Amino acid sequence: MSELLAAPEADLTLITPGEGELVADIIVVGGGNAALCAAITAAETGASVVLLERAPREYRGGNSRHTRNFRCAHAAPLGVLSGEYSEDEFYNDLLLVTKGNTDEALAKQVIANAPDCYEWMIRQGVLFQPSLSGTLSLSRTNAFFLGGGKALVNAYFQRCNDLGVKIMYEATALDIHIDNGRCDGVLVNHDGQQHYMRAKSVVIASGGFESNKQWLQEAWGDAAKNFLIRGTPYNRGEVLKRLLAHGADSIGDPTQCHAVAIDGRAPEYDGGIVTRLDCVPFSVVLNNKGERFYDEGEDVWPKRYAIWGRLVAKQPDQIAFAIIDEKSSKLFMPSVFPAIRCDTLAELIEQLGLPTDTTLASINEFNRACTDGEFQATELDGLATQGLTPAKTNWARPIDQPPYYGYSLKPGVTFTYLGVNVDNTARVTFDGVTADNLWAAGEIIAGNILGEGYLAGFGMTIGTAFGRIAGSEAAKYVNA
Amino acid sequence: MLTHNHEAVRQLTVCNSCRYCEGYCNAFKALTRYRSFDKPTVSHLANLCHNCRGCYYACQYTEPHEFAINIPALLADIRAQNWEQHIKPSGISKLFQAKLWPYLLMTVVFMVLFSFGAGVSWVSSEPFYSSISHSALVAIFLPLFLLPWIALLFGIRGYWKSVGGSRVAVSDIRNALGSAATMKNLSGGQGQGCNYEAAERYTHLRRWAHHATMYGFLMCFASTSVATIYHYIFSLPAPYALFSLPKLLGVVGGILLSCGTAALAVLKWKADTKLGSANRTNGEYAFVGLLFAVSTTGLLLYWASGTSFAAAWLIIHLSLIATFFISIPYSKMVHSLFRLAALCREAQIQRLASAG
Ligand SMILES: Cc1cc2nc3c(=O)[nH]c(=O)nc-3n(C[C@H](O)[C@H](O)[C@H](O)COP(=O)(O)OP(=O)(O)OC[C@H]3O[C@@H](n4cnc5c(N)ncnc54)[C@H](O)[C@@H]3O)c2cc1C
Ligand code: SF4
Ligand code: SF4
Repeated sequence: MSELLAAPEADLTLITPGEGELVADIIVVGGGNAALCAAITAAETGASVVLLERAPREYRGGNSRHTRNFRCAHAAPLGVLSGEYSEDEFYNDLLLVTKGNTDEALAKQVIANAPDCYEWMIRQGVLFQPSLSGTLSLSRTNAFFLGGGKALVNAYFQRCNDLGVKIMYEATALDIHIDNGRCDGVLVNHDGQQHYMRAKSVVIASGGFESNKQWLQEAWGDAAKNFLIRGTPYNRGEVLKRLLAHGADSIGDPTQCHAVAIDGRAPEYDGGIVTRLDCVPFSVVLNNKGERFYDEGEDVWPKRYAIWGRLVAKQPDQIAFAIIDEKSSKLFMPSVFPAIRCDTLAELIEQLGLPTDTTLASINEFNRACTDGEFQATELDGLATQGLTPAKTNWARPIDQPPYYGYSLKPGVTFTYLGVNVDNTARVTFDGVTADNLWAAGEIIAGNILGEGYLAGFGMTIGTAFGRIAGSEAAKYVNA
Repeated sequence: MLTHNHEAVRQLTVCNSCRYCEGYCNAFKALTRYRSFDKPTVSHLANLCHNCRGCYYACQYTEPHEFAINIPALLADIRAQNWEQHIKPSGISKLFQAKLWPYLLMTVVFMVLFSFGAGVSWVSSEPFYSSISHSALVAIFLPLFLLPWIALLFGIRGYWKSVGGSRVAVSDIRNALGSAATMKNLSGGQGQGCNYEAAERYTHLRRWAHHATMYGFLMCFASTSVATIYHYIFSLPAPYALFSLPKLLGVVGGILLSCGTAALAVLKWKADTKLGSANRTNGEYAFVGLLFAVSTTGLLLYWASGTSFAAAWLIIHLSLIATFFISIPYSKMVHSLFRLAALCREAQIQRLASAG
């Protein structure tokens, strides 16, 4: 699949700066949340906008089509959001997950902008719904989209249509021309041909490069071949690569990506939310040698699921197996693919393709290390193994009640951290100098704010806040 | 005999691990109660669905995605299979759910019966009921009215048992009627309407069209009932004055019914057939068409009376009505009762759950 999606080599001879007609006041590159917010905001001022979406119409919307909520500060109950979530608390949450690796000014700008985003989204036709069942813990901090991200993206595309934005599908930006801080145009592959399109302002909102496995291999080596990509196959980072080549200041660790452990049977791309597996805290997790490698019960799953992507990525063949027994089988959200279910451990081990002796030995050793105590599924219960390495520090109950269930786990990449640096007007900087008419928003700049870790729902907040800023600044520039 | 069960389980399992559509309707809210989907559960969910299509246009897993999710079509198929399975004889149900010609054929047969059997002339300007005597009407319509209701009652009972329904409480029925009266679930969950005919956009057109149809139908039904009471209890035979109860109900109801069904047909024509029960489109058109024809010919009867078309109109109208009554359990008309049963069952499940 990834070969099929690779963009053609850019024909740089087609780039003729200053020559040829302007296709619009503003070109927006991308068709996800950030791009749409920018296009709408710009078009509302009367500016003419062309939006380039690499994906075909049925797959439009990038990773944004897979999202479910956005994080929003609020002083009092706001729409579907309950209670209060102060800007300070929001910022503190961010500091915790990023360990301080954030641009304070930009982060606070986004956080302060969030309640405004909420009202704006409603005006554009986005609908919200109460927290989904099983996610009540988020009802104070995160506003859920009715129907999820695809419904949100649909609402924005309609709004774009109503505002006269020209939407081009299957239009891939291959390069931009930038000279002395001025962007002249974009080289675009469309309908099997390359075209040089000029505009007065250009907004880049083309997401990260997580679907580009060759690029992932630069950091992860051959292991990356076995990674599954949770979102769109179309975020391949062509524009990001060219921006960096043109001297844009980079931000974020190029060797890091956000990866979670997902069902090993998930499709290579675009499996989205349903491929997640929440069984780990109640399981024994083994690599394909039949050995345990990490404390499955270190913390509640929402706080730990993000490290398991990397943990599994470091195992041989980037695969692991979670095994549970009957008593734990209903303690977590149902999984999309049915578990492999057997009446004996030996059968299950065989079906999972694990080496029988070591695997059985690992499970027996684990079972023997379990202690008596009270099991509490929904909180840290301290029910820990004794004398086992690595220990399981919570929810440790012997795997001994048939039938037994097994799942395979693989790393599922959510997004990459590498991006370009922007100032507080969303303008891209080159060697510390701000470009005149080139803006960036969304995942491609998220590294400024989310230097590491992840805060659920913050990706959409960053994209909405900065998409709107980029759109209005780009329009201001054009209309001046 | 739900051939779709395997596919239903597959798709509903995807939804259950996603749940993004929870806020659209009570089918989705009910879905999250389950960890697995046996046939009764699938049937129950299917009869809670209104085919609003919100969950299709919002789904990130529709084709060409390999998960190929299409909940509205899946549930529409299962619903229709439920009706066909429970309303006996199933063969007749299948025919009427899917085809247009049985309705046409039946109407023509009745027209022939009325004109030859009852000896009514097509060209006559005789006033309304003098064309056909009231007792002749009763003799023809009473069995027509009763037999289908028997099939219907047994069908609903079969369905109720198949989904594991227990003794109904008054509050269950009140609850179900409340949702049905407001078509709460067609509000889209957040009052935005549904996506039936406008693809990714939400509109209220289908809800209005359905309201007009439902209330129009109920008013026409009430008009007939009132007229019957007038006739038998107060010895006040038809025809009635314009400002009499039967006529007011009949005219207003008829207009609502005609407009509502016409709108429903137009909306159906605009909507994507891939999101409905694909092989039953003709049967669905036949059903709304029949309702439209019944009410429109009924309305025109008021104008036709006194002209030389009066008798012809009456024959056509009565033939359509006869067709309608016979086909009630076999046509899409049954959806209303299965839906009510499902709403009752849902209220019951929730009541029993909260009772512990
Ligand atoms: C499964 C999953 C669930 C998630 N859930 C949430 C959530 O609930 N809340 C949250 O806040 N975040 C969530 N995220 C993260 C979130 O998706 C991103 O933070 C956000 O979507 C980024 O928005 P964006 O507009 O920058 O990028 P995207 O939405 O990915 O859009 C990028 C767009 O650019 C287009 N494109 C790429 N390259 C080119 C090119 N060369 N030329 C033209 N167009 C191009 C793509 O086709 C796409 O339309 C989730 C991510 C995944 C994978
Ligand atoms: S229809 Fe699609 S988006 Fe909606 S719950 Fe099901 S899988 Fe999720
Ligand atoms: S089509 Fe509408 S009513 Fe039916 S399940 Fe989907 S959202 Fe619910």
